[in-house]
Amino acid sequence: MAEGIRVIAEKCKGCRLCVPACPFGAIEIIDKVAVITDKCVLCGACVGPCKFNAIVMEKKEEAPKQDLSAYKGIWVFAEQHAGHTQSVAFELIAEARKLSVDLKEEVSAILLGTGDLKNQAKELIEYGADKVYTASDPRLMNYLTEPYSEVIVDLINKNKPEIFLLGATTTGRDLASRIAARIRVGLTADCTGLDIDPEKKIIRQTRPAFGGNIMATIVSPNYRPQMSTVRPKVFKKLQKDPSRKGQIIEVKPSVSQKSLRTKIIEIIQSTEKKVNLAEAEIIVSGGRGIGCAENFKLIQGLADVIGGAVGASRATVDAGWISQFHQVGQTGKTVSPKLYIACGISGAIQHLAGMSSSDIIIAINKDPYAPIFNVATYGIVGDLLEVVPAMTKKFKELLD
Amino acid sequence: MPDTTNVKIDPKTNTLIREGVKSIVNPFDENAIEEAVRLKEAHGGKVTVITMGPPQAAEALKSAIAMGADEGILISDRAFAGADTWATSYTLSQAIKKIGTFDLVLFGKQAIDGDTAQVGPGVAEFLDIPQITFAIKIDIVGADGNQPSARVKRQLEESAEIAETKLPAAVTVIKQINEPRMPSLKGQMRAKKAEIQTWTAETIMAEPENIGLKGSPTQVVRIFTPPPRGNSEMLEGTIEEISIKLFNKLKEQKII
Repeated sequence: MAEGIRVIAEKCKGCRLCVPACPFGAIEIIDKVAVITDKCVLCGACVGPCKFNAIVMEKKEEAPKQDLSAYKGIWVFAEQHAGHTQSVAFELIAEARKLSVDLKEEVSAILLGTGDLKNQAKELIEYGADKVYTASDPRLMNYLTEPYSEVIVDLINKNKPEIFLLGATTTGRDLASRIAARIRVGLTADCTGLDIDPEKKIIRQTRPAFGGNIMATIVSPNYRPQMSTVRPKVFKKLQKDPSRKGQIIEVKPSVSQKSLRTKIIEIIQSTEKKVNLAEAEIIVSGGRGIGCAENFKLIQGLADVIGGAVGASRATVDAGWISQFHQVGQTGKTVSPKLYIACGISGAIQHLAGMSSSDIIIAINKDPYAPIFNVATYGIVGDLLEVVPAMTKKFKELLD
Repeated sequence: MPDTTNVKIDPKTNTLIREGVKSIVNPFDENAIEEAVRLKEAHGGKVTVITMGPPQAAEALKSAIAMGADEGILISDRAFAGADTWATSYTLSQAIKKIGTFDLVLFGKQAIDGDTAQVGPGVAEFLDIPQITFAIKIDIVGADGNQPSARVKRQLEESAEIAETKLPAAVTVIKQINEPRMPSLKGQMRAKKAEIQTWTAETIMAEPENIGLKGSPTQVVRIFTPPPRGNSEMLEGTIEEISIKLFNKLKEQKII
């Protein structure tokens, strides 16, 4: 059927093991033989589960079109807004340091902005960068896709990094996609795990797919740089070391007139209390079980006591109890805080997809069979309307 | 990975794209379709919906027509199998070039299966047009005699911004931009009768080197189920006892 993968009919016993293994529902059993249909995307998930080696996938090992050996070093995009380097940049430097041990290559940060960028550059070195390339220009003050892409593509072409990591933020995703398309390289979105293949010395990028129901490991062996966007808060930044030495390389950016065709008219700082769920280390979420909008106060109360943000399930957002900016899950935000407290959330797969990578999950639910308990670290069977206020009171006492 | 899903529209030749593995309209794409139809209602023009996918994806295009899109084009060819976001972006941009002139290409923010949000910007790059991502509001301004612009409010992590760019442009929308409509009875009738064109690699003059598995810089080497989380510990006792126990555990791990 689809090129590259086939079923050896003589070996296939029609056992159906491969049918549920396919994330795309692309395998049907016809006349007791597995048939791969048009839905196949060549992911290869069916090959392993077949006990009879009846499914074979032939990946052509293509020769790279570029001279890959010319590409050296791990680059990190140092995202900054209004002169503030974003935490994700330091997290990426820490991860790049780890990868550099296997590759024996240096870690460079790429910092674009306006004015004097020295202090920001020094800070990047203190967090683990060996080199910082800075490009300062008033036209680079605020992030804009095209001038940023132009300057960075120019840097890539001149310096040939092997790996380029960006945060999976609105800015990082917008920028990485544009750059990857332009220079024809692979880009893996929203990675949660990175490591180096010990033999091939390439980066293996692991990311959740299908809303976290499955994980996929992706490589880009024949193109450089290998690019990834990485979820904030997945990696921990290093301790700042003020004695660390590094090199700051000032680059004169060339920004073309054409790249300035999009203009920022206004930047609106949020006036309502910030809900930056993706950055929150503690999230307390309410689900359908809270019963009414009013009861979100209980959730807020617990969150306030332990310094957390308020999350919500889709059901509560659809009911109009809370704004969509609080929604966690497949159609809301994906979060991975240190602590996630799910109150009255049954744990639909779409919700689990958005929070199951949290370090510790506490679930409070009346129904002992609620699926949320399958992912919970600690489960409490009970009515959240009683449990949450009592717990809030006790936590407050203990904290004081 | 197959990922994405896009929608493209424009007030003149309006065109809309999506691609996905299931023949349901991706939830994010519904927002892009809705926005396209709203812009058409306000400014006139035509909405074309495109998707890259297997033959059964034609159903998704019909749902878009039921919502008010004018036509649907299915980009389908076995040669596209195994396309990553780079190859998908290339393929969709070839189809848009074939359609000809357009004002706006709209995309859902990301596909539900792949979550990459990479195809909108990729298509914009191949078409050499500006991109504005994560849109929560789109206004078309300055249409009288001048080249119209899109004024777009973007929702970022901690702030929002308003960006403006001349058309043609590519915009990816987020869920909060609108509430997708239920198809009207008339719309459903129209969808039923609508003929979905199918375009192959040859129709869109795609370079074989740039499509499908061969055109994809990335390769999936392993797909696996996330390791199960450890068994949950069910806490019993009075709420007070449970709270103390939890508090101590959280304190131990320096969480609070």
